[in-house]
Amino acid sequence: MYKISIFSIIVSILELVACGKDKPKPVEWTGFERPAHFPNPVYDFSSNVVTEAGFALGKKLFYDGKLSRDGSISCGSCHIQYSAFTHHGHAVSHGIDEQLGSRNAPPIQNTAWQANFFWDGGVQHLDMLSIAPIENPVEMDETVANVLQKLRADSEYPALFEKAFGTTEINTARTMQALSQFMNMLVSANTRYDKFVQGDNSALNAQEQAGLAAFRIKCESCHREPLFIDNEFHYNGLFRTNDLGHFGITLNPLDSFTFKTPSLRNLDKTAPYMHDGRFTNLDMVLDHYQSGIYPHANLDSRLTNGFSISNQEKADIKAFLLTLTDEEFIRNPLFSE
Amino acid sequence: MNNKIVLIAAMVAASFAQVGCNKDKINPNEKGSLGLHFDNRAGNMDLTLNNAQGYNTPLNQQITISTFDYYISNIQLTNKDGGVVTLPQTYHLVKESDTESQEFTLNDIPEGDYQSITFLVGVDSARSTMPIADRTGVLDPAGAGAGMYWSWNSGYIFVKLEGTSPQAPLDSATNTRPLYYHVGGFGGYSSTTINNLRTITLPFGSNGDVEVRKDGEVSKLHINVDALKVISGTTNVDFSTNPVAHFGTFSGNLANNYTQMFVLDHIH
Repeated sequence: MYKISIFSIIVSILELVACGKDKPKPVEWTGFERPAHFPNPVYDFSSNVVTEAGFALGKKLFYDGKLSRDGSISCGSCHIQYSAFTHHGHAVSHGIDEQLGSRNAPPIQNTAWQANFFWDGGVQHLDMLSIAPIENPVEMDETVANVLQKLRADSEYPALFEKAFGTTEINTARTMQALSQFMNMLVSANTRYDKFVQGDNSALNAQEQAGLAAFRIKCESCHREPLFIDNEFHYNGLFRTNDLGHFGITLNPLDSFTFKTPSLRNLDKTAPYMHDGRFTNLDMVLDHYQSGIYPHANLDSRLTNGFSISNQEKADIKAFLLTLTDEEFIRNPLFSE
Repeated sequence: MNNKIVLIAAMVAASFAQVGCNKDKINPNEKGSLGLHFDNRAGNMDLTLNNAQGYNTPLNQQITISTFDYYISNIQLTNKDGGVVTLPQTYHLVKESDTESQEFTLNDIPEGDYQSITFLVGVDSARSTMPIADRTGVLDPAGAGAGMYWSWNSGYIFVKLEGTSPQAPLDSATNTRPLYYHVGGFGGYSSTTINNLRTITLPFGSNGDVEVRKDGEVSKLHINVDALKVISGTTNVDFSTNPVAHFGTFSGNLANNYTQMFVLDHIH
């Protein structure tokens, strides 16, 4: 029933789940594998080979409150698997001491294909990413140096680092690269859309196919298949607040109000939407593109004169977007706490 | 007997010749050393952290300094023929709170008679973007480089000057009047942005050439570093209106200011 195998490990687990009567099969570790219809990853895996032990260490770190000042917040607190590793229902995340962040927690999926991170693109390498939430006063409010001390003093971590990296030494690079190994394994590539583009015409119904066709005309130039990202920054005409987005990183006025193009994968699981979570549902997002765009010199040129979406296209595109949910991904026990 | 005297005389002569060789002849394949001492100052006084009375600025404001840290890297020496020798890549984080960090020795310097030293204040773009596994020592953002790294906008803080001033705005949360001057910005990863890397050249001038020899005496450059020059000079910073500098265009004024911060005091 799951003919398209991305990770044989996922498949074997899913078969276990799907066919509970079967005898348990040994879980085979395959490491990171590029889905056949995905481009080559951006991440240089030769600098950080994903191993079973490294992945397991990264997963333990990801779900460990030790990464926060008072032990209350783990990465998984705001990046919940069932919500495609977002903080479902939260416009902006609640960090330590119930403090609010300023932006919507992005999903953690297909990180290996991302050339930059965060809504403003302030981090350019996955290995440098986790320092930011750990040290952000309204997220985990800890220092990485202190995290390392806690890990060194822990009864389990030194042995896990030894399994992953050969010695018990716990340092910045190993800790960050273990987290990268976990995140890079979070590949979402098994939606109905994926089955469709790989040749299963029955995977999308007529309206969903019409939605895909409309999507390819109206949305594709930024949300590029199959990852639905372009690794770039655009101002999409939202009502402007004092968040200047990518400008904060480049200080170039042309970048004011621009934010990174988010992937649309697992969209149905990642509400609310936009960098500040201002839209609580998909209809509001589509309405924005139909009639809510505010003009500005920095508005992406593709959204200026002549851009329109009909009500029919809106309905079709919405139907298509709902096919981008990857149930295997959000239920994969390999990724669970 | 005569033979012996001749032999001894020859040996003595040879050893003198050897000394003479070491002193004057330069073999660029041989390597020597040079010491550096960064002596942090506040105007014409030795810098003392957290001194209650503070230091006066050209705008007649007072600053009590609690932190003064900066990176020195990309060191080059120019010899008297104008040849530039780039030293092996080493990165130094000079911290006022850590006496040991203020003195270090540069090794593997080709023998030569040098007339000036050039260095970068900060961390060059290649090192600012290198893989995390290569970020060790003072470039480890959770190690010796802790506190000198912007995680939200990947890059090192080149110069950090913090303190308080009675002229700075009141921070009601802490009931203090803090000053935070963090200068960084290496030019950007993929899109161009501010570049606050500054190159300093200090001619040895009347101190004379510095002779670097394999087994010679190791000279030491004594460099005075006036912390007040970060917030004075081309731009005299008014603490009441600019108590903070982070990643932003204003920080370029501070980077321009601190190009005047380093003065070669003496060589010994």
